[in-house]
Amino acid sequence: MKILVCVKRVPLTGGRIVLTGDEQAIETKHLGFTISPHEECGVEEAVRLVEQHGGESVVLTLGPADAAEQLRDALAMGIDRALHLETDGEEWDPEATAGAILEAIQADEAASGPFDLICFGNESADSGGYQVGLRCAHALGRPCATGIKGVSVDGGVVRAEQERGGGRDIYELPLPAVVTVLEGLNLPRYPSVPGRMRAGRKPLDVSIPTRPPSRLQRSRLVVPEGQSKQAEVLGRGAEAAPAVVELLRRIGVAR
Amino acid sequence: MNLVVLEHVDGAPTEVSMQALTLAQGLGGATHALLIGPGAREAAATVPVAVAHVAEHEALDAFAPDAWAAIVCEVSDRIGATAVVAPGTEHATDALARAAARLGEPLAANCVAVTPGNPLALTRVRWGGSLLEEALLHAGQALLTVAPHTVFAASPGSPGATEPFTPELSDADLVVTVRDRVAPAAAGVSLPDAKVVITGGRGVGSAEGFGPVEELASLLGGAVGCSRAVTMAGWRPHTDQVGQTGSKIAPELYIACGVSGATQHIAGCKGAKRILAVNTDPEAPIMSVADYAVIGDLHEVLPAISAELRRTAS
Repeated sequence: MKILVCVKRVPLTGGRIVLTGDEQAIETKHLGFTISPHEECGVEEAVRLVEQHGGESVVLTLGPADAAEQLRDALAMGIDRALHLETDGEEWDPEATAGAILEAIQADEAASGPFDLICFGNESADSGGYQVGLRCAHALGRPCATGIKGVSVDGGVVRAEQERGGGRDIYELPLPAVVTVLEGLNLPRYPSVPGRMRAGRKPLDVSIPTRPPSRLQRSRLVVPEGQSKQAEVLGRGAEAAPAVVELLRRIGVAR
Repeated sequence: MNLVVLEHVDGAPTEVSMQALTLAQGLGGATHALLIGPGAREAAATVPVAVAHVAEHEALDAFAPDAWAAIVCEVSDRIGATAVVAPGTEHATDALARAAARLGEPLAANCVAVTPGNPLALTRVRWGGSLLEEALLHAGQALLTVAPHTVFAASPGSPGATEPFTPELSDADLVVTVRDRVAPAAAGVSLPDAKVVITGGRGVGSAEGFGPVEELASLLGGAVGCSRAVTMAGWRPHTDQVGQTGSKIAPELYIACGVSGATQHIAGCKGAKRILAVNTDPEAPIMSVADYAVIGDLHEVLPAISAELRRTAS
């Protein structure tokens, strides 16, 4: 199998979001970065599928030069090679992102054969557009299932499981196919030290796409109000128990 | 002309669908509705719009997102819709994103407010609700989903005409469809339905450390939740996770124990009616969203609460 997983570099926001002075971005000076959570599970799944079925796994990101860090993380987890669509750090809207990824997919497929499975996150943790994977699938004319928390491949078909109402809905897509996945699909591995060593020697191809004008054009970002409550302290340590139980009874959650 | 896609259960439009309708009506002009699948006709008869289009087709008994997208495109073309609005649920978002791809139009997901005009001005949520974005949508047709529970549904008016039709679907529209279903495992109180949720974070320290959390949950008939740090450490399954990438819940009472309160976590629990934080750190970010707090080690505080509940039970 040849599998592609698309990932996005996002900041680890911690307890409070602070914006830059121009209100165009999150202030990330003091923040670390990570692969967006859903996509990290996509990376793990791609590695597992290739371990199981053989073949090649590829990771792709559209993002600034620093996003090479997330590609190396994916390579350290076991992905075979990486494609970096390098931007100047300016945010791309979902349509533009899908367009650039589509071109990269088509170029890679022309050079080294079609991907059997392409995996996206259902939505990115930061901008939450819910559409890049579906746009690529549509342009490629391939079936796509979204919000997937279970993936298995057998006999040219991917079985994709979507959590719904406590149970699971099952989709069966003929390969080649696209899935957009959710965290909970698996528990991603931590890269091992030898994995990190190997990652440094794996191929990482950089290309620089041109950004079209945004049709979903950000004006500014706003931190919503109502995140500065003053909690009523019921007590300290075990001595707080009677006050807590009084509260539980008063609001009707304990008898 | 606006078209709003309404989901329905048991012959009635869902609450979040009525919220989407309210936002669509704020765009001005006439609004038509589209309802799809079994039970749609019954639900359509209650919807306060000029015309409710009802797509009926034997292939629509199971959810088929490409078929939904084809139907959205067919109806929006027929009525000349300038805006298509849907609730920001899994199925409707999926269908609208597919429609956007077919139409070659942008899609703004999870809007909370719109101002009519060209370009359309909108506010949408990012980071699972921890951040808002104000944006302009430059589109021939504006495609929008509405973030659930951010818009108050207007009180219903009198219903208009219902127009059932059989959509034109190709074989390709029916490749992606629900083929099978795995029933829910019979468990205790489920996280989304629980009146009380007691969540343990990194401060619990280990999988075994959840003993006191489980004990209190059991006494209160509540459910156990956990933070993302706990899931990533392998202490609890992801199905217990509350947060932006886990369950988003709205219990009567949310008890967060040893949870620092990262934005990722708050996105999942801020719908709670009341939040009680149990934490050794009075400065933890969770305190700024909590109504009540106990400062202390959850391994001392929780057993004391359970003991007090037992002692005073009558």
